[in-house]
Amino acid sequence: MQPAPVLPLEIQHLSFARQGKPLLDNVNTIIESVGITIILGPNGAGKSLLLRIAHGLDLPDHGSLKWNKHIPQPRDSWRTFVFQKPVFLQRNVQANLEYVLSLHKTAKTEHDALIREALQHTGLVELAVRSARTLSGGEQQRLNIARAWILKPKVMLLDEPTAELDPSGVATIEMLIKTIAQQNTKIIMSTHSLDQAKRLAHEVLFLHQGKLIEHTPANVFFAQPKTRLAEDFIAGKLLNRI
Amino acid sequence: MNDFSQAFLKAAQLILQFDEGLIEIVTLSLQVSMTAVFIASMISLPLGAALALYKFHGRGLVVALLNTFMGLPPVVVGLVVYLILSRSGPLGALGLLFTPTAMIIAQVCLIAPIIAALTRQTILDANDECHEQLRALGARSSSMMGTLLWETRYSLVTNVFAGFGRAIAEVGAVLIVGGNINHSTRVMTTAIALETSKGDIELALALGMILIMLSLIVTSAVMSARHAAYKIYS
Amino acid sequence: MKYCLVKAIAVMVCMTLTPAPTLANSFITLVSTTSTENSGLLDYLIPKFRDRTGIDVRVVAVGTGRALKLGEMGDADMILVHHRASEENFISNGFGVERREIMYNDFVIAGPPEDPVNIRGEHETIRALTLIYEHKLPFVSRGDDSGTHKKERELWALTGVDVSQYSGNWYYETGAGMGATLNIANGMRAYVLTDRSTWLSFKNRNGLDLLFENDPPLHNQYSIILVNPERHPHIKFEEAELFANWLASSEGQQVIAEFTLNGQQLFFPNAQLQ
Repeated sequence: MQPAPVLPLEIQHLSFARQGKPLLDNVNTIIESVGITIILGPNGAGKSLLLRIAHGLDLPDHGSLKWNKHIPQPRDSWRTFVFQKPVFLQRNVQANLEYVLSLHKTAKTEHDALIREALQHTGLVELAVRSARTLSGGEQQRLNIARAWILKPKVMLLDEPTAELDPSGVATIEMLIKTIAQQNTKIIMSTHSLDQAKRLAHEVLFLHQGKLIEHTPANVFFAQPKTRLAEDFIAGKLLNRI
Repeated sequence: MNDFSQAFLKAAQLILQFDEGLIEIVTLSLQVSMTAVFIASMISLPLGAALALYKFHGRGLVVALLNTFMGLPPVVVGLVVYLILSRSGPLGALGLLFTPTAMIIAQVCLIAPIIAALTRQTILDANDECHEQLRALGARSSSMMGTLLWETRYSLVTNVFAGFGRAIAEVGAVLIVGGNINHSTRVMTTAIALETSKGDIELALALGMILIMLSLIVTSAVMSARHAAYKIYS
Repeated sequence: MKYCLVKAIAVMVCMTLTPAPTLANSFITLVSTTSTENSGLLDYLIPKFRDRTGIDVRVVAVGTGRALKLGEMGDADMILVHHRASEENFISNGFGVERREIMYNDFVIAGPPEDPVNIRGEHETIRALTLIYEHKLPFVSRGDDSGTHKKERELWALTGVDVSQYSGNWYYETGAGMGATLNIANGMRAYVLTDRSTWLSFKNRNGLDLLFENDPPLHNQYSIILVNPERHPHIKFEEAELFANWLASSEGQQVIAEFTLNGQQLFFPNAQLQ
C-alpha cells in the first residue's frame, strides 16, 4: 500500500494571539510544492510560531492548519522538527540518535544500521561515542539534523537552524539541508537572512508582523516582489509597521 | 582538654582490633539505613517526578506536605511508628516492634519526603530544559518521567545520599522503635547515646568519629562512582 | 559500576529482610530500667540463662514509667522495674501478674565535692534535702516519671517542700535518663539523687562526689512482673515465667550476687526462695 501523501499543507484563517497581541493574523495559503520552502521575515514576524503550529507544538486560536487534512501531532513520525537551540540528552551521540528511534518504535534490529547511516550522512562518525553536550556548536547542529533525519521523515521543519553558527558552520548545514531536500524530504525552514533564502529557497513565504505578505516562487519573489514591504526587505530597508 | 585525642586513639584501637561488637553495630547501621534508602528511593523517585510532571487534584497539598515533612522531628516519627507497630496498635499483630524492620520503616518515613521533595525540584528543572525538545521529538508525556529520571541520574544520586546521611545519623526514631537492644537493634547512633548516658564520653566520642568516617567512606565511594560514570557518559 | 552498586544494595536488602538466624530458638522481650542495663548486670546474667534454656532475652532499657507503659501496650513479655506503688497499680489494673521481688540496692545523693551545706555530715535524707532547699542550691531531678524520679519526689514530699514550684529556679528537671542527668549535674555542680549501680558504673563523674548514703528511706527494691497473657495473647508467658523463676532461684540469685564492678557488688539478691 502506498502511504498517503502528506502534502498539501493547507493553512486557513490561522490566527494566534498572546496577551491580546496578535502573533499570527489570518494566515491563508497552501503549500504543495516539493523542495525547500523558506519562511522569511524580520524578527517577530511569526515564523517560528507558524512552524510550531505546523508540528503541533502549539494550537491556533482560530482557523486551521492541516497536512493533507490531518491535524499535526508532535509524535507523528513522518515529520520532524529542528530547533535553533537543540537540547541533547546527557548521553553520547549515538545514544541520542537511538533515543529517537526507540520513541518511534523502530525495530531494534535496524537501530545500528540507521544510526551508522545518520552519522555518515552528517559527518559525525568519529564523534559517535562523544557526549552530545560536549560537542561544538556546529557539531551539535549537525547532530540536531541527524536526529531529525534518522526517522527518514517526509517533512522536516527547521527553525532558524543556522542562526547561531559561524559562516563555515552555516555552509555545512545548508549543504546538508540541500541534500536532504534532494532525497525527497520536504523542507520548510524559517530564516531572517535574505542571503540564506536566496541560496536555498524554491519558494518563499514572506511574513511580517504575523501577516502573510507574499507566497511566491523564489525567483519571482527576489526578482519581482509584488508588495512594497517585500521590496523594502529585499533592499535591506527597515520595514514600517503596516 | 585531651578528650578528643583520647577518643581518637580509642576509635583507632576499636577499628584496628576489628572489635566484634563494633562490627556488629556498624553492619546493622549500614543494613538498616541502606535498605531504608533503597525503599525510600523506590517510592520517592517516581513520586517526586510525578509531582513535577503531572497535574492532578490535590497536588499542591501533597507538595506542601512533602516540604513540611522534610523537617519531620525523628522523635515524632518514632512515636507514630511505635504506636502503629505496638502490639496494641493497628499493625501490632505483625510483631515488628523492636526489630530492624521497624527501624527501617521509621527511617523510610523520615527520608522519603526529603528524597521526594529534592527529586521533584530536580525533575522540575530538567523538565524546564528538556520538555519542548522531547515533545517535539515525539515523546509521550507517559514516557517523559522515565527519560527525565535517567537524564538527572547524577543529581538524583546526590538527593538519595542526602537521605542516607539523615538516616544513618538519626537517633530519635530508631531508639523508640528499635529499643537499642544489644545484638539485635543496636546501631551506631543508639550506641553513642547509650555510652553517653553511661558517662563513657570517650567511647561515645570514638563511636561518633567512626560514624562520621563511615558516612564519609560511603558518600565518597558513591560520589566517585558517580563521577566515573559521569565521565563516561557526558 | 552501576550494577555493582545495585547488586550490593540488593544483597543488603535481602540480608535485612530475611530474619537473622538467632542461636536461640526463641527469645523474650524484657523492658528494664536503665540502671540494670547500663550497669552491665543483664549482659552478665542473660548469657547464663541462655546457656541453660536456649532462650534469649532481648532487653529494652527505659525508665520505669515508660517500661510500665510498654507492658501495658503488650510490647514486652515482662518488666524489671523499681517502684513498688506503680507496680502494684499495674497489677491491680490487670496489666501484669506475679510481681516478684528479685534484688535491691540503694539510692545515694551525689553533688559537688566542696558540698557547700555539708550534707556529708547529716544522717537523715530528709534533713539533707531540707538543707539543699533552704540554701536554694542547685538540685537536678530526672523529671521523667522513672522509678528514681518517683522515689525522689516521695523523699521531697517527706520534707514537706513542694519542689515543683521551684522548677527551673534551683530545682532542675532534665526529663532524661539517669546517665544524662548525672552528666548535667556534673556540668552544673548540682546535687542529684541516683541509684548506686548507675553511680558506680558511671564514668564521667570527676566533678561529683558521693555525699550521702545509708539511710533506710533510700532502699531501692527491684521486682520482675510478667505481663498478663489474658490481655495480650501473643505474650510468651511460659518463657517469661521461666526467666522469672530462674532469677528467683538459688542459681539466679547467686549470679546476681556474683556480679561486681571494680570489685564492688552492685545488686543484692533478696528473692523469697521457692
